[in-house]
Amino acid sequence: MRMIKRENISNKKAIQIRTGAIIGSLILSGLFIFFLGHNPLDVFISMMDGAFGSIYRIKDTINIIIPLIMTSLGLMIAFKMKFWNIGGEGQILIGALFASYFALNFSFLPKPILLLVMFIFGFIGGALWALVPAVLKVKFETNETITTLMMNYIALNLVTYLQYGPWKDPQSFGFPKIANFTENALLPKVFGLHIGWIVTILAVVIISIFVSKTKYGYEIKVVGESKDTANYSGIRVNRVIIRGLIISGGICGIVGMMEVSGVNGTLTDQVSAGYGYTAIITTWLSGLKPSFIIPVSVLFAGLIKGGGFIQTAYQIPQSAAEIIQSMILFFVIGSEFFVQYKLVPDKRNEKGRERNVS
Amino acid sequence: MLVNLLKASVVAGTPLLLATLGELITEKAGNLNLGVEGMMLIGAISGFALGFYFQNPYMALIGAIIAGAVSALIYAFLTVTLRSNQVVSGLSLTIFGTGLSSFIGTNFVGKKMSSQVIDFFKPIQIPLISKIPILGEVLFNQDIYVYFSYFLALILGVYLYKTRKGMNLSAIGENPSAADAAGIKIDLYKYVHILVGGALCGLGGAYLSVVQVPTWQENITAGRGWIAIALVIFSKWNPLKSIYGAYLFGGLSIIGFRIQYLNISQNLLNMLPYIVTIVVLVFSSLNKSKEGSPPKALSLPYFREER
Amino acid sequence: MDQNIYVKMEGISKSFGTVKANDNVNLTVKKGEIHALLGENGAGKSTLMNMLSGFYKPDSGSIYIHGEAVKFDSPKDSIKKGIGMIHQHYKLVEAMTAAQNIVLGQKGSFFLSQKKIKEKIKKVAESYGLNINYDKKIYEMSIGEKQGTEILKVLYQGADILIMDEPTAVLTPQETEKLFKILKNMAREGCSIIIITHKLQEVMEISDKVTVLRKGQTVKTLETKNTNSKELTDLMVGRAVDLSIENPKVELGEEILKVEGLTAEDIEKVEVLKDISFSLHKGEILGVAGVAGSGQKELCEAIAGLYKIKKGKILFENENLVGLSPRDIIYRGISMSFIPEDRLGMGLVASMDMVDNYLLKEQHKQKGIFIKRKPVKEKCKSMIDKLEIQTPGTSHPVKQLSGGNIQKVLIGREIDTNPHVLITAYAVRGLDIASSHTIYDLLNEQKKKGVGILFIGEDLDVLLKLCDRIMVLSSGKVTGIVSTKETTKEKIGFLMSDEIDTEVIAL
Repeated sequence: MRMIKRENISNKKAIQIRTGAIIGSLILSGLFIFFLGHNPLDVFISMMDGAFGSIYRIKDTINIIIPLIMTSLGLMIAFKMKFWNIGGEGQILIGALFASYFALNFSFLPKPILLLVMFIFGFIGGALWALVPAVLKVKFETNETITTLMMNYIALNLVTYLQYGPWKDPQSFGFPKIANFTENALLPKVFGLHIGWIVTILAVVIISIFVSKTKYGYEIKVVGESKDTANYSGIRVNRVIIRGLIISGGICGIVGMMEVSGVNGTLTDQVSAGYGYTAIITTWLSGLKPSFIIPVSVLFAGLIKGGGFIQTAYQIPQSAAEIIQSMILFFVIGSEFFVQYKLVPDKRNEKGRERNVS
Repeated sequence: MLVNLLKASVVAGTPLLLATLGELITEKAGNLNLGVEGMMLIGAISGFALGFYFQNPYMALIGAIIAGAVSALIYAFLTVTLRSNQVVSGLSLTIFGTGLSSFIGTNFVGKKMSSQVIDFFKPIQIPLISKIPILGEVLFNQDIYVYFSYFLALILGVYLYKTRKGMNLSAIGENPSAADAAGIKIDLYKYVHILVGGALCGLGGAYLSVVQVPTWQENITAGRGWIAIALVIFSKWNPLKSIYGAYLFGGLSIIGFRIQYLNISQNLLNMLPYIVTIVVLVFSSLNKSKEGSPPKALSLPYFREER
Repeated sequence: MDQNIYVKMEGISKSFGTVKANDNVNLTVKKGEIHALLGENGAGKSTLMNMLSGFYKPDSGSIYIHGEAVKFDSPKDSIKKGIGMIHQHYKLVEAMTAAQNIVLGQKGSFFLSQKKIKEKIKKVAESYGLNINYDKKIYEMSIGEKQGTEILKVLYQGADILIMDEPTAVLTPQETEKLFKILKNMAREGCSIIIITHKLQEVMEISDKVTVLRKGQTVKTLETKNTNSKELTDLMVGRAVDLSIENPKVELGEEILKVEGLTAEDIEKVEVLKDISFSLHKGEILGVAGVAGSGQKELCEAIAGLYKIKKGKILFENENLVGLSPRDIIYRGISMSFIPEDRLGMGLVASMDMVDNYLLKEQHKQKGIFIKRKPVKEKCKSMIDKLEIQTPGTSHPVKQLSGGNIQKVLIGREIDTNPHVLITAYAVRGLDIASSHTIYDLLNEQKKKGVGILFIGEDLDVLLKLCDRIMVLSSGKVTGIVSTKETTKEKIGFLMSDEIDTEVIAL
């Protein structure tokens, strides 16, 4: 057998290959569960049940879907420029930190104004945290994968420091915890869910238009494909990267704000909950398309929530869900090969001989 | 006091050194593996689990080596055979490693390594040279794991710069098409070096869980894999230079405990290695000359019949 | 089988996607024979040789080397059978020395002994009269030196079948002569040599036999002494062709671009452009000749605002462009199209469709933050009609088009911007004769409109016919600007060669 490059592949075939990959990864995950001594089918069903089995559970799952979609949208903009922003965690944390500062110190402001201020500063916090690697990248070509990641650890230690030190609630009896927000720093609820879901829907629409219909989106795409071409055609590459990363980090910062204000009601070092990392997977699996981010995020939120559920039901550690997630990822990135190439049998020295004696 | 600090820096730098060397030879083959953190974690838990069960240091080492190599095999299959995007494949490996180590480690959290293993990795004074003032105590009153890492850095230095195979490897990282035309088996070289690289990362992780700490805690590597990737850049792809980098960062990661009397928050001090990593990276990226620059074909897939 | 038949390829077929690059091709080469493979760009010459050197695997067909059936899975297998190929784009590791490149991938002691290796290389080099500085790194070498290294590498491997893909494309006429002497030397020693070319006079000059390929098929194999250029051309193109290139008479307009003392350095602080001065008039095609890497790319980029300039001025209608951004330069009506070796390079985005590629230049003119694709789509459609671009449609990724069509898209777009100055580098690189002529016609049309054109080319024959004047670059310096009516190919060749370079392939 030998491989050759495909010139053309129908959309249908490409989707078939990718779906096949997801099914393959679920089969492998099933085997993994089987070796843990459980019936894979039962476990999968109970994961589904844990994630979507009741109104209450669905609400919980949606609380995971919201930050996943938002963070994925943010990362997508960076990834489109081939800027590997894996600093979502840190950007979420700093966004949360900035928003919390206002929630804790300006609680006297009227609710709409306070929330708006928190929202804006959430964005600014995340944007600042992404801006550092972005500036280093354009000025010195510093590897952004490492810098964004280092920024995660710095952010985490910073929030932990505040939680254990200066911001510790004096009324918490020595327990390292930041005070709960007052009522007017909490996001209002619509249909029993914090208003973040509306923000998320709006964000999907706005970002979709941004990337496909505006000049900025177009420039981001060109920069991602080839910086040389972008430069040549008069696009200000550095400006596009900086602008893109401000938006990318800013959206992650909003996630932080929505988490502290809509879900936790206070700031903790757990606020980012790994969304920054999971969103790397969801963003990539969605093929950097906003419309695909939604189903992929739903699937992964289901896995996370369901993973938590089977922990109690089957004593399978929560991290099993992470393993399943990465298996899906391995299969899908591996399947890209079959989208790009195909294998054909080797026919040399067989036909040629009779066919041709000239 | 200073001697103790330096000596502890070497200990703390050893996992970094091993992982840096592992990533270094992977990158020499033109593959950027961002899965170092994941491979270290998988190595750490495998080494710990086997050492713990069998109460045998060799089992711990073999476990770490095999686990590191097997996890690198996933990456190698994806990027070499299937030509997947190296950045994404490496990131996935890190995510996988984090999940897997935490999964296996659930039952080990807080458990201490068996005393047979701990005793095996006690510092051993090397006769004569351990008597050299300061340096002797710092470098030559260490455990055999540390000695092995010195040895490895030297061997890799000789391998890369003085042997045919090492030269062929560099050619693959620089220009796979030229290496291919010269008849070098690219895929084989890539596989071998990615796997060896993974094994070294596994060993690096296991040093943490088996010798340095030696108790299992979740996410025991705490970003060291990423620092190792930065150290490869810092060392300009030279195994010998990676030694200084590793010990410098080893020192930074423990300085917090040593200056506790100054009453600076531990959390703030914990940021230090990460901040310094960024600073060091910026300085390294200022170097634009042809010597000491990354392998040219780093992170690019190679397909012979590409037109 | 006859032991003197070194290479026999029978019924070789090879497809890339839907393109049949080789279709039932046959080739026989004997011991001591110099065999030319002649064909237009895209005729399948390189593909055929890449199969002989183990780079590609044929879809079907058989290969016999020294009478033995072989099945190559990699270049390694081919090297073992004594085949050495020198590719058009040299396969050398830039960061290594010549000696390291020569021994790369070969069996031998585990540790490298520089001394022993150099002695052995020296022996081989002397027996063929090649002279190379083995300790020099490839990136410090001239094109000629690189080629010398490649030849030495193949000889060191002990090859007795040498394949050279367009070896003269990057050489001056003088260097070419020296290369041919070496090749004849080697043939006398009993090597078989296959030389790929599309230049007729070279075939006549050096080969014993010639095989003509057309559209992936073997047309005919002839004894060189029994044929002539006319016959070969007709076989190559498949019909009688008019090879003349128009040079319409246009009244020379005023000076539009003036470059004064332009000097630039690369990141290694090496001067790549040295004190370059010239002027370009409206309605003129100014050719730029020079061996590859003489500063052509840097000159293009400097004018387009993409290369940092150390000293000097670039005056466009008396305004200095130095320091302006690429965008500002585009606004002033200066268009640059550079066709790099991989064709797509920086002018186009491979994965985007025609409309989005057209937008690269167009988007700046659109107002507001939204991008408008509809009007551009219409422009693309009319461009497809006018330039006869073969494409399934405007929303097809450009990378899936053939080379000629990609170039038409790029040059068509640049011309559509109605430039005052048009800079075009290697515009016909890799094109067949018909497509090349379409491009020449387009350029002449612009010239008649009064556009000032800077045409950077490789083929001296084309430069002499198409251009009004030719500026010759050598190692970043202008060595002469001559009127095409008053010069010859040899004179330009002489200007192209640096004193140092001519010593490279010394006999």
